[in-house]
Amino acid sequence: MIELKNIYKAYKKVPVLKGVSLKMEKGGVYAVLGPNGSGKTTLMKCILGMVLPDRGEVFVGGESVIKKHSYRENIGYLPQIARFPDNLKVEELFKMISDLRGQKGNSEDLIQRFGLEKYLSYKLSSLSGGTRQKVNLVICFMFDAQYILLDEPTSGLDPVAMIALRKLIEEKKQEGKIIILTTHIMDVVEKMADEIIFLMEGKIYFQGDQEKLDELTGSEGVEASIAQLLLKEEKGKNDSSQKNGFRFKLNKVAL
Amino acid sequence: MKRILKYSFFDMIRSRWSIFYFLFFLITASSLLYMSNDSSRALASLMNIVIILCPLIGTLFGVMYYYNSRDFIELLLAQPIKRRDIFLGEYFGLAFSIVISFIAGITIPFIFYGFGGADTLVNFLTIVVAGSILTMAFLAISFLVAMKNSNKIKGFGLAIIIWLFMAIIYDGLFLMSLFIFEDYPLETFSLAMTVINPIDLCRTLVMLQLDISALLGYTGAVFNKFFGTSQGIIISLFFALLWVAGPVWTISWQCKAKDF
Repeated sequence: MIELKNIYKAYKKVPVLKGVSLKMEKGGVYAVLGPNGSGKTTLMKCILGMVLPDRGEVFVGGESVIKKHSYRENIGYLPQIARFPDNLKVEELFKMISDLRGQKGNSEDLIQRFGLEKYLSYKLSSLSGGTRQKVNLVICFMFDAQYILLDEPTSGLDPVAMIALRKLIEEKKQEGKIIILTTHIMDVVEKMADEIIFLMEGKIYFQGDQEKLDELTGSEGVEASIAQLLLKEEKGKNDSSQKNGFRFKLNKVAL
Repeated sequence: MKRILKYSFFDMIRSRWSIFYFLFFLITASSLLYMSNDSSRALASLMNIVIILCPLIGTLFGVMYYYNSRDFIELLLAQPIKRRDIFLGEYFGLAFSIVISFIAGITIPFIFYGFGGADTLVNFLTIVVAGSILTMAFLAISFLVAMKNSNKIKGFGLAIIIWLFMAIIYDGLFLMSLFIFEDYPLETFSLAMTVINPIDLCRTLVMLQLDISALLGYTGAVFNKFFGTSQGIIISLFFALLWVAGPVWTISWQCKAKDF
């Protein structure tokens, strides 16, 4: 179980998360959606402990985890941008991560799935963006972690790797693991997500399954529903600013 | 921490930087030795190089290494490892590899040439200690500067300014203040001024040991008068080590509150 309680976070006084509370109890795929800068990555990094919230609590497996480290044994993380120490070879990197975690990971099956066999003796600096992402995916999945956090897992992947990734996520879901992912590709969300969490301006606007989302917005499909939500918010903003303007005028008249 | 130290140490020792640093001191020390043909004179010249260059190279390497390994640090932060272990492991891996390059670079020529007496050997060891302390202190300071500034240009600029201030500007200000306040008793003031600059401190340490009274200068003389040679050496060594411990402690404390 992963639980966030009333998380607040600001970077240099710019608020990013404004009171986010969230509970993920059952195994399954949780898709965190939202426009750019809505706080998706910050939310993930709060669970990981890479970002320390200003207020609020994070629980992983029922245990409060802020400023702790050993709980990350149960977490696999895929960062948005995959970069590694340049001097290392791919196989050295896998070995090193296993050594540092003190866990014996199973990378062979994953290397095969993503077709990385021929790159094992390559230096990481010589790999293309997509291949680096595959290396990153291997690291994320090789320890069979209970919680898997994927930040934009589809970026830079070719269709073959995409299919392999979907299959992998599906398998992990069947095993009862909690998978949290952010993506801009709605097709992935529609096919895989059990629950959708829609973040906007640092707050959760919606949490529930696709049917509930369709019901709420009166549209069909995630893409259309999300667009509806965004438009509604935009409209709401305009209305309130118009109202404020009106009030301001009234005040002026009264003066 | 040990595992991270091991990886960053081997990553660094294989890199071109350590080899370059090693070769630089190897060539400088050998040419000084064979050209002057006198190991104590070579040591005096070497001291001047070590006192200025070790802090500069420490500053540059500290900032460069931190910015280069930022991605690696982020990868490590997602693993079940304590933050303090990650940062201290990275720092000590870097510091040990640079210090080893420095020590190997200046020791090899002396071994081939011969030390020419126990006195020279002790003097040589003092320079090695002073150079190592300066390297570690400035590595830690610049590591900290880079940690605090995510903007590379700002980080580099600030680290260089700190070096410039400590190595050059500080002395000018010091001399100026001695000149302006010459009518007042300045012993305590100048002692304090020396203690708060690691470069001055190491310079005093080496000069006290080498017993070059002509080069001791005002602070050295005050140090000598105040503490005598051996006590002066111990006190300056203690404060110089504080200059390593302080920034290292700050790294281990600051890294806990940082967002990535």
